Amino acid sequence: MPLPYSEIVMEHFRHPRNVGRIEDADAKAMEGSPACGDMVAVYLKVDPEELRITDVKFESYGCASNIATGSIITEMAQGKTLEEVKAITWKQASEALGGLPPVKVHCSVLAVDGLRAAVQNYEERHGLVKERVPTTVEVVRKRLKRVMNPVVGLDLVRTKLVEKIEVADGTVRVVLHLPADHQFAANILEEIAEKIEPLWDVDQVVVEFTE
Amino acid sequence: MEQHYIYLDNAAATRLDERVLEAMRPYFFDAYAVATSQFGYSLGIDARDALDDARARVAASLGAAPEEFIFTSGSTESSNMALKGVAMALGARSGDRRSSGKGQHIIVSRIEDFPVLHSARALEKQGFQVTYLDVDEYGRVSLDQLRDAITPETILVSVQAANQEIGTLQDVAAIGAICREKGVLFHTDATHSFPRVPLDVRETPVDLITVTAHLIHGPKGVGGLYVRKGTPLAKWMDGGFQESNLRAGTENIPGAVGFAKAVELVTPGETARMQGMRDRLIERLLQIPHSRLNGHPTLRLPHNANVSFRFVEGESILLHMDMRGFAVSTGSACFSRSLEASHVILGIGGNHERAHGSVRFTFGRFNQDRDVDAVADAISDVIEKLRAISPLGKE
Repeated sequence: MPLPYSEIVMEHFRHPRNVGRIEDADAKAMEGSPACGDMVAVYLKVDPEELRITDVKFESYGCASNIATGSIITEMAQGKTLEEVKAITWKQASEALGGLPPVKVHCSVLAVDGLRAAVQNYEERHGLVKERVPTTVEVVRKRLKRVMNPVVGLDLVRTKLVEKIEVADGTVRVVLHLPADHQFAANILEEIAEKIEPLWDVDQVVVEFTE
Repeated sequence: MEQHYIYLDNAAATRLDERVLEAMRPYFFDAYAVATSQFGYSLGIDARDALDDARARVAASLGAAPEEFIFTSGSTESSNMALKGVAMALGARSGDRRSSGKGQHIIVSRIEDFPVLHSARALEKQGFQVTYLDVDEYGRVSLDQLRDAITPETILVSVQAANQEIGTLQDVAAIGAICREKGVLFHTDATHSFPRVPLDVRETPVDLITVTAHLIHGPKGVGGLYVRKGTPLAKWMDGGFQESNLRAGTENIPGAVGFAKAVELVTPGETARMQGMRDRLIERLLQIPHSRLNGHPTLRLPHNANVSFRFVEGESILLHMDMRGFAVSTGSACFSRSLEASHVILGIGGNHERAHGSVRFTFGRFNQDRDVDAVADAISDVIEKLRAISPLGKE
């Protein structure tokens, strides 16, 4: 097949597992937005005694990478405890799919984020969340590890594109070692905003480019 | 490849017509020599005659004289040559003797294809000023805006004849008239319209025209640039003295011969047949709920249909269509190499979502009438399937 996707990806894309919505879901989450590209919704049924997932479904408004990842991670999450599900990484999902093209990683990460957000949603709804922690440089750095550099398919932190992070009075300032007219600048910018803005004590995100 | 593969991406590349290959064959195996002057050896003279003949035929299809037509490696090179050649001839600062230093301002439309758009950006980096003309909801530039944008510094206006994605035709004659009135050179990228949408330089005031062979069942790697007599254009491919000393490099004689043959094989009857297929396809596609046409309903390329479907994503549509044996294209960010949504859909006021679910269908000579219903049935099915798994559009 001349496509850049593995046979496993194509198989899950053709016949996605656990597709649909759970009307009486115990938790749900929507990641992404139609305005900036892919979007994924994840629904959970949870056994409140064991904190174990009894059913999980997803919906996708996205490309093959997004659909296939949604399919594989819901398979991986089925029957697991919430703690086990939180430990599922994008890397595990990607390996289970036989790898993904670098440029398609962000659509795939979105699906993993969707699953995590659904678990978080359950914890929030059921009073399982610990104290809200204030946003620090480390919190921002951790989130930026989920923003991909599409050139290589690795995150911004690991590819050393993040020059500086500052957090002050609700404003997060991120300086990237990247020219402002870089091929993926607009895309990276959007993804950073998407990851940092939802933090409870962040009012605005400022991204600056060097070079 | 599937047994019944239906190819509807003829705006990207076309299948070579066997008659074109037959016309080219002798120039690979018999008259394969380099084109020489009349004082050269006979094989070279045969090659020269073939090149001259091909040039005269392609030029004539534009109403141009043979010496006004330069063969290039395709439309990307042609448009680079037009923008950068004019910029070098008229726009460079003092010190470059090739330049008259008339000015450094260029005007292009916002929805040009990348060869023009990125050439303009490259010139911008060198200090040129570029005005990007807005377009209306159909993709047409405003003639008033163009008129206002031209300054004494303006050296070139480049507005495409037809859009690569949504197929919208521009009023080339009116744009040319404004440029002529203001004394500014006018280039049009006719990659997608030539020669199906007639353009005659004896009637239309246009100074430079980009054309290509590979979208009319001719070979890849050959195109051309019409250069009106007297148009200042600097040579930027340096080397020998080929192509009126404007474009160095051993001539691609089989390519030129193939190009001329491909032009000859395009007939008004064939174009009318494509238009019929296009209209029936658009009618069928717009019956799908939450769909809308991109581009102008009538002022559009005869072989282009472009429709956006809400709540679904283009790459997924494309892959499902491929599995069913159809080749189509999309303006979705997921499909582009830059992960950016189509600048054309955004340019006509669409949002990312509209680009995300946009699908382009372009007909060619080898499509048959029955392909219309086949592709319409397949896409209806694919859209329905993808909408069933989409979180959007359910309430």
